[in-house]
Amino acid sequence: MLATLAFWAFSGVAIASAFMVVIARNPVRSVLFLILAFFSAAGLFVLLGAEFLAMLLIVVYVGAVAVLFLFVVMMLDIDFAELKQGFLSYLPLGGAFALVLAALLAMTVATWQASDQAQSLRAAAMPDGMSNIEALGTVIYDQYVYFFQAAGLVLLVAMIGAIVLTLRHKDGVKRQSVTAQVGRDRKEAIEMLDIKPGQGIGE
Amino acid sequence: MAPIIVFGPLLASAFAGLFGNYIGHRAAQIVTTATVVLSAILSWIVFFDVTMGGNTYTIQVLQWMSVGDFDVSWAIKIDNLSAVMLVVVNTVSSLVHIYSWGYMSHDPHRARFFSYLSLFTFAMLALVTADNFLQLFFGWEGVGLASYLLIGFWYKKKSANDAAIKAFVTNRVGDFGFALGIMAIFSVFGSVNFETVFSAISNNELVTVAGSTLAVPAQDAALSFFGMSFNAIELIAFLLFIGAMGKSAQFFLHVWLPDAMEGPTPVSALIHAATMVTAGVFLVCRSFEIYELAPAASAVVTVIGAITALFAATVGLAQNDIKRVVAYSTCSQLGYMFFAAGLGLYSAAMFHLFTHAFFKALLFLGCGAVIHGLHDEQDMRKMGGLYKMMPMTWVLMLIGTLALTGVGLPPFTLFGMELGGFGFAGFYSKDMIIEEAFMMGQEGLFFGLPAFWIGVVAALLTSFYSWRLIFMTFHGSFRGKQDDYDHAHDSNWVMTGPLVLLAIGAVFAGAFFKDSFVGKDAFNFWGDALPAGPYAEGNYPEYADGYPGTSEYADVAHATDDHAAPTSDAASDDHATDTHADAGHGEAVADAGHGDEEHHGGHHPPAWVLWAPFIVTWTGFFAAIWFYLVKEGMGARIAARGGPLHSFLSNKWYFDEIYHFIFVRGAKGLGDLFWKIGDVRIIDGWGPNGVAGTTLAFAKRMAKAQSGYLYHYAFVMLIGVVGLLLWAQVSAGGQ
Amino acid sequence: MTADMLSQDLSLLIPELLLAGGAMALLMLGVFMKGEGANKLVQWLAVVLLAGAGLASLFLVTGEGQAFDGGFIFDGLARFSKVAIGVVAAIALLLAMPYLKAEKLGKIEYSVLMTLAVTGMFMMVSANDLISMYMGIELQSLSLYVLAAFNRDSLRASEAGLKYFVLGALSSGLLLYGSSLVYGFAGATGFNEIAIAVQSGPSVGLTFGLVFVICGLAFKVSAAPFHMWTPDVYEGAPTPVTAFFATAPKMAAIVLLARVLIEPFGGMVEQWRDVIWIVAVLSMGIGAFGALTQTNIKRLMAYSSISNMGYALVAIASASQTGLWALLVYMILYMIGVIGSFGAILSMRTREGMVEQISDLAGIAQRNPGLGWSITALMFSIGGLPFMVGFFGKFFVVFAAVQEGMLILAVLAVLFSVVGAAYYLRVVKTVWFDEGEVEFVPAAVSVYWVTRLAGLATVLLLPVIGWLVFRAYSVGLATL
Repeated sequence: MLATLAFWAFSGVAIASAFMVVIARNPVRSVLFLILAFFSAAGLFVLLGAEFLAMLLIVVYVGAVAVLFLFVVMMLDIDFAELKQGFLSYLPLGGAFALVLAALLAMTVATWQASDQAQSLRAAAMPDGMSNIEALGTVIYDQYVYFFQAAGLVLLVAMIGAIVLTLRHKDGVKRQSVTAQVGRDRKEAIEMLDIKPGQGIGE
Repeated sequence: MAPIIVFGPLLASAFAGLFGNYIGHRAAQIVTTATVVLSAILSWIVFFDVTMGGNTYTIQVLQWMSVGDFDVSWAIKIDNLSAVMLVVVNTVSSLVHIYSWGYMSHDPHRARFFSYLSLFTFAMLALVTADNFLQLFFGWEGVGLASYLLIGFWYKKKSANDAAIKAFVTNRVGDFGFALGIMAIFSVFGSVNFETVFSAISNNELVTVAGSTLAVPAQDAALSFFGMSFNAIELIAFLLFIGAMGKSAQFFLHVWLPDAMEGPTPVSALIHAATMVTAGVFLVCRSFEIYELAPAASAVVTVIGAITALFAATVGLAQNDIKRVVAYSTCSQLGYMFFAAGLGLYSAAMFHLFTHAFFKALLFLGCGAVIHGLHDEQDMRKMGGLYKMMPMTWVLMLIGTLALTGVGLPPFTLFGMELGGFGFAGFYSKDMIIEEAFMMGQEGLFFGLPAFWIGVVAALLTSFYSWRLIFMTFHGSFRGKQDDYDHAHDSNWVMTGPLVLLAIGAVFAGAFFKDSFVGKDAFNFWGDALPAGPYAEGNYPEYADGYPGTSEYADVAHATDDHAAPTSDAASDDHATDTHADAGHGEAVADAGHGDEEHHGGHHPPAWVLWAPFIVTWTGFFAAIWFYLVKEGMGARIAARGGPLHSFLSNKWYFDEIYHFIFVRGAKGLGDLFWKIGDVRIIDGWGPNGVAGTTLAFAKRMAKAQSGYLYHYAFVMLIGVVGLLLWAQVSAGGQ
Repeated sequence: MTADMLSQDLSLLIPELLLAGGAMALLMLGVFMKGEGANKLVQWLAVVLLAGAGLASLFLVTGEGQAFDGGFIFDGLARFSKVAIGVVAAIALLLAMPYLKAEKLGKIEYSVLMTLAVTGMFMMVSANDLISMYMGIELQSLSLYVLAAFNRDSLRASEAGLKYFVLGALSSGLLLYGSSLVYGFAGATGFNEIAIAVQSGPSVGLTFGLVFVICGLAFKVSAAPFHMWTPDVYEGAPTPVTAFFATAPKMAAIVLLARVLIEPFGGMVEQWRDVIWIVAVLSMGIGAFGALTQTNIKRLMAYSSISNMGYALVAIASASQTGLWALLVYMILYMIGVIGSFGAILSMRTREGMVEQISDLAGIAQRNPGLGWSITALMFSIGGLPFMVGFFGKFFVVFAAVQEGMLILAVLAVLFSVVGAAYYLRVVKTVWFDEGEVEFVPAAVSVYWVTRLAGLATVLLLPVIGWLVFRAYSVGLATL
């Protein structure tokens, strides 16, 4: 009972906040609503018994991604009001399609039926006496190792891409070189000058 | 032997045409001439073999095409009819080849010329040796092509080019009819093979016309054409005759023949006098079994033939170009042949074709000699008195003219003696046609008597214009430049040799072959190939009397009275069977009276009929003397005065003008209409250009949709998703 | 998972392992090696790696089967596709070398990214699970996004990369949404399990899920109406990148689409055939009509590839052995034509730099007959004019459609190919008959040979085609 109530609450909040992300006037608010949506999703995960995923969602998405978004939105001087100016003119047509799509999806939900074999095909539920992390680990490093490694490659590509597209080697930028610092010796670091009184060092 | 005859000229032609540049003119000339002469010699051997020995056969050379039921072979059919044609074609062709050595000696493109000549010979041989309509059509088109090439041989001359095109186009009209005829034959009989078709017709076999499921007797089969239903045999006969009209320059489709004189003169002699133009006659004779059962179409043949004979003769009166006079004469003589064929006198038509080939070739080559001697002068108004300078040519031309006008003495009894009954070649063949026309008329054939009278009048005109030609050319005083006159000369032996040979033919061919072609021997001579004609039985005592002791023939003649009595030799047996078939439908054809000998039993043309051609011939002769020798210059004065009759005649009944107005301008107008309105506006406008325009407009609109805005793209994608979902839903719902 | 099983599984993965390991090794090499030669070395090693991986799947992988609990499959289809993808990617990199050098884009990351993209493609054609499918697609796409924007100083390239990225993300979203619906229905993500579940009959949810998946994949093959990115990206991206885009990823995506539709969803042919039908018709139509007004040859190639993907979809729509066979033949011939055409485009370099307008080709056949002939042959081949090999590609596709009784589709395919012929012929006309004086500098060796050989291949492959036709007739198409 309580779980059902919680489910509806989390789902409702998730959908409503997702909606608000789109229509909110202030982009900062949009990001905040996004964070709310993440929280709701995390709540749903908890209801499903996937506490580790729920925590991961909060730590990674809320703690890192969404906050990064927030910074970016704040730092960029984007006039969102201007960007959204065309919004109304596209609303009728876009709205119509959205309605049709919604109707179609509603129909899907209404007439939902899983395959007869779906139950038997489903992966086994989490083994007893195993924590979330343990269960995840057994799957990821065993059955799903292929997918996991592929995901690693995707991340590698993302990293390379970010570097290729953004990193610029500028001339004249001073960088710290530890080896150079450590490797210096007295000879090159110090020059002995014999200064006569009253002359200063400027010739 | 037969394959050598037919394909020899083809090989020679290919050799001369392809390698002419490498082997030189002389080699090309030698190869082609030698081959054709060889063909000619072999043809004569075949001719005697067939007509005397009755050795007819058909060689299947190869299967040509086989599409469903349509099965055509390439064959060489040697029977009496094709043997006659082989002789005519190859003899004239070889003589023309030889003649051309002299005539074309100054032309730089001789190799090409001889290649064309040999090509023509091959096509003509393929035509006459065909055993089916399609091969005949191949030859038909082949000679048309060769004719086109040769008329336009001097292609740098615009008039020659125009004439070539005119000949080709006019022939297309006829060929269209011919092709329709062949299709009609196929649709009725399911075959284009002569044997199949003719036996189906004469045995009245059951045939199934294409498109119907009902089998009907061949003679009752009906075809619908332009929405009207016709008797199939009548229709086929008529369509085939359209083809014959084009090729043989009959009235309405004759316009190309005079213009074809733009070609070198040997070509005129070979193609436009002796051989190709007679292909139409050959076609009608070859399919006589069809025409026998097609009285209406035969009547058309008669009428058109008679009109042509008269029309061409009248036009011939007023022409000044020496070759054109002969050309119109050819046209007129072809008319004779056709009306003979239309009246059912196929053997007489063939006989005239045979003799005509000799004397008309002679006349043409003689004209060529004159033209050659006068350095390409063709206008008779600039000739005259040439007999002194070219005596040889003069004599030869005289012989040709005598043969053409049919000079001879009809048989008569004087003081108890049988006299007369001899003359030049034309006498036998032409007079026979005229007399027979009368006889047919007597027997109630509707067009017989008019044809007879037209024939007589045309003979008068023929005589007049032929002598006019002789007198204007060879007699009187020379009207051209004196210089030309002084240099005029007889030709060398290369050119006169063939003329002499032809002259011999022109003198004796009639007398020699009379009995074989149309006389008493005709049964044996023609075998199954043609109905022998009325004289075969010896209807006329004066002919029979000349051959006493010919009981064998008399037997045949009497036997045919009841068509049943078996005769002594195998050939007669065959014939008896044949006549059985005729008797089987004797009633149906009684009107036409074609080839059924019984109709002539006891008939005898009255003496005045026999004498009529004789009289008019001499009348024409004397008239010509009066106009062109006694009152020299009178003709020119009449021409100068330009009366309506004269201009009507000299303008060839205004045919060219009328055709130009109706067909040329009409076709151009129609073409303009189709081009500017039909094609440009409607087809292009709505078709290619319209589609292209719409396509481009569509493409531009689509390019506009490619705005470059990200959200447009995303939006289109989402629309796509929604659309596909809906589509999947709808199509799934429909199942 | 025991070590035995692992080694058995990994033996099927040799090409992917080679590529992934090689990519990382090249990355290390490039990072730690200094100097001009480093880039060149990495490029050549990458070429060898790509071609080697393709050949490895032909020679080194001996068995066929599934690995990782059905997440990965190696079968004839995968083998064929991997060889094709590996080789064509190697050629694309060969084409890129002189360009990168001339445009001063020579960075080792180009080779590494291409290698990783090809790894993704290999995973795509071997995908036997919704997750491995998605991972493959993402690995490939992400590399391609970066490659599209590789010339980061060019506004157009950056724009192209961004557009591709955003729309690609949208398509990934669609794909994932559809995958989740399918998972909800089937209770599993493996293709084997889905196939079992599908047998119990279609449902609305499953159909919608499949449509979403199709939409996501259609974006990858740039089929209409998910094609909008194609012209902009093709035009904006550096030309050798475009050459790569037009070939290997298309092959991978179309094979993946075919596998998804025919293996797990083979029982739902009735449901998806109409969807593929309409996508195919739209692609052929938009490709054909869109190209008509183009003046930029890269945009032209973009529409050409949209249109060609339409034909490939026709082959898929026929959902038969013949169709699959026709698809593979078609794709091979298409890739030959396209890679050769891009070779020709890469030859369009004047003293001032690259040119991309069709009008720049005016009269090139007079000044450079070899190039003129190559372009002519290639255009004829892609346009499907008889009797270049491309004609037979289209012929087989239409044949497969007719065999399945989809006559309307076949007729439309032929009609659109007529429209399409117009713009291919326009290029040929420009090449031969227009007046022009643009002088191209001599092409680099690799570009030169790729263009000429591809041009020759359009004719020289005819015996192979003839052999295929002969075999098709002698053994019957069904057993091919």
